Order: sequence, then structure tokens, then C-alpha cells
Amino acid sequence: MTNFAQQVLEEVTRIPGVRGALLVSEDDGLIVAEALMEGVDGPAVAALAASLTGRLGRATRALGKAAPVLLHLQATGGAVFSAAGGEGLLLVAVTAADVNAGLVRLSLLDAAGRLS
Amino acid sequence: MSDDIQTWSAQLASDPGSLVFLPLAEALRRRGQLDAALAVAQGGVSRYPELADAHDLLGRIRSDRGDTALAQEAWTNALRLQPDLVGAHKGLGYLCYRAGDLQKSLRHLESAMELVPDDSQAQAALQRVRGLLAQPLRPAVGDPFEGGEAGTLLVDSQGRRLGGVMLRSDGTDASDAMAAELSGVSREARRTVRLLGLGEWHSLYLETPGMNLVMQEPRSETLLVLARGPEVPVGRLPLLADRATTLARRWMDKLG
Repeated sequence: MTNFAQQVLEEVTRIPGVRGALLVSEDDGLIVAEALMEGVDGPAVAALAASLTGRLGRATRALGKAAPVLLHLQATGGAVFSAAGGEGLLLVAVTAADVNAGLVRLSLLDAAGRLS
Repeated sequence: MSDDIQTWSAQLASDPGSLVFLPLAEALRRRGQLDAALAVAQGGVSRYPELADAHDLLGRIRSDRGDTALAQEAWTNALRLQPDLVGAHKGLGYLCYRAGDLQKSLRHLESAMELVPDDSQAQAALQRVRGLLAQPLRPAVGDPFEGGEAGTLLVDSQGRRLGGVMLRSDGTDASDAMAAELSGVSREARRTVRLLGLGEWHSLYLETPGMNLVMQEPRSETLLVLARGPEVPVGRLPLLADRATTLARRWMDKLG
């Protein structure tokens, strides 16, 4: 699992503008595997992405929907993406602001599907 | 629930002609396993094309997947087979509401109420549609809560609804429950991007099976949520959200 996960994360980081990708435990926000550029705070990304995903999952359930399969937080200086990877795992990516968001979205959904 | 699904799956595997496909597909739908639910329901409809409940079930699954036209077709088939099927009237009432056809929505919801007068879901949906029909026509421009097919909601920092409405796929009102759960989301989004050195957040997109949501912060500590079916292209959501956010700011300015 770890080698395969590492391979999947490295594929995601090959997209120009992706500064790091992590596999994160949804319950406790801990890192399972990571492929990060220097300067990206992995534990912070993992904890924050898991917390936000959990909160938004409660909101979508209030709407009678399942938990989100993809989350995209866009900011002026970059973005955070998080995809449900199955078995309580999240596939998270941190990107620059000018990344191809459509490509990251498809790549994460594809990678999350392979990890499920 | 998981045990039930396993039991029903085993029953269906050993006896493909069993009507157990009905509770099995419904349980899968409720768990959000919409592809699996659809496969089971389609198998059931193929085997029992004259069974109205099977078409009704297919309508619910199609609706959850955002396949509006196919859901409408399934519920229409259900009513052709059994004109007094409450679920199909409620489903079509909701679809017509989403499409903005309030008169047709009203007719279906009234039919549902005649059949089951104490159905609280249908009653709430009927009251909402009657309320909308009673309102004078307003120009769409300038109102951030107009034009939402599935919902537009504005929430304050304490989890209270400021405006708009958010409906579940069965037509019940999820506005207050959503507002409560969304309390603090804008704060958490701000904290996340600040700690990661990403500047200021401006949009949060969520994709769920059958529905996509986009959130923005028209004013500090308020959250605007737009929910749209998957038939709305992902790239159009930010444009819709930008427009709604601008209108929401003006709307709040008018409130003072």
C-alpha cells in the first residue's frame, strides 16, 4: 500500500504548480504518505484538510447527501484540494494559484479511485 | 444497515427474481452508493416493468444522481402504472419545483397530500410552493436568492440562516440544519489558508454524488452557499457564485 500510495502521490506532484500531495487519515488528520516540495508544512496541511473535510461532510449529510468526493479551497496565493480516497483516507494536494485546477481535479479523482 | 445489505445481496444472488431488490437498492441509495443502487434498481425494473414501486425507486436514485430528465421519466412511468403512487407525485413535485414550474409542482404535491394527508414532507413542500406562488413577481436581477435550481443559502457566523433556502432531494427544507453545520466554515477556511501561507480564501467547492456546492464569503463571517446539480458545468459554478456574492453584498447593504 505504502509504495503504491507513494507512486500515486508522485504522479500528482508531476502536474506543474502542485507543491505537494499527501495521503491523510480522515479521522485524526495524520499523514499516511507524502510527496512534498520544500517549505510545505505537511502536518499542518494534513490536519487542516482533514478538519475542513470532516466539517463539510457533516454539512452535506444535513443536506441528505453523502460526504464530498472532492473539496477545492481556492485562495489568492494557492489552493488546497482534497479527494476521498476510501477506507477513511484523503488524498490532499497543495498547489500554486496558477495551477490547472481542472487537471488537478481529474488527477486527484483518478488517483483516489485507484487508492480506494 | 450494512448487515441488511449483505443479507439482501445474498438473497438476490440466490434468487434473481426476488423483490428484495427494492429494499436493497433503497438501502444502497441511502448510503450514497448510487452506482450500485442504480444497477440493482435497473435490474429490478427490467424484470418487473409493470411494478410501479420499482420505477419510483429508480426515480429517487436518478434524482439523487442529478439525472433530472431520467428521474422524471421514471416517475412518469410509475404514475402511468399506478396513478395514486405518493412517492412519484412527491418526486415530480420536487423536480418541477427545481425547474421553476411551480404550477405543475403544486398539482403533484396537492395530489400527494390528497393521498396521504398527514405526510409532513409533502405538507412542508406544498406550503413552500404555495408561498412562492402567492408572492408578487420580482425582477431576478438584484436578488441573490433567485434562480437557484437546488438552493442558495446565506448563513451568519453563528450558524443561522440569513436568507435563501436549501432543499433536500425529497423536497424537505434543510436550510436550518445546513446553516448550523456551516457555522465556522469561513473561519476554518481562513485559518487553513493563513497557516499554509496561501493568502486570502475566496471560494470553496465541494463535489458530492448528485450535487455540487460552492461557498464564498460576501462579508466577514458570513457564508453564501450555492448548490447545483451535476448538469451545471464545474467551471460555471464560480461565475454563478461571484454573481450571487455581489448581489448578497448589496442585499445586506440594503438591510443596513
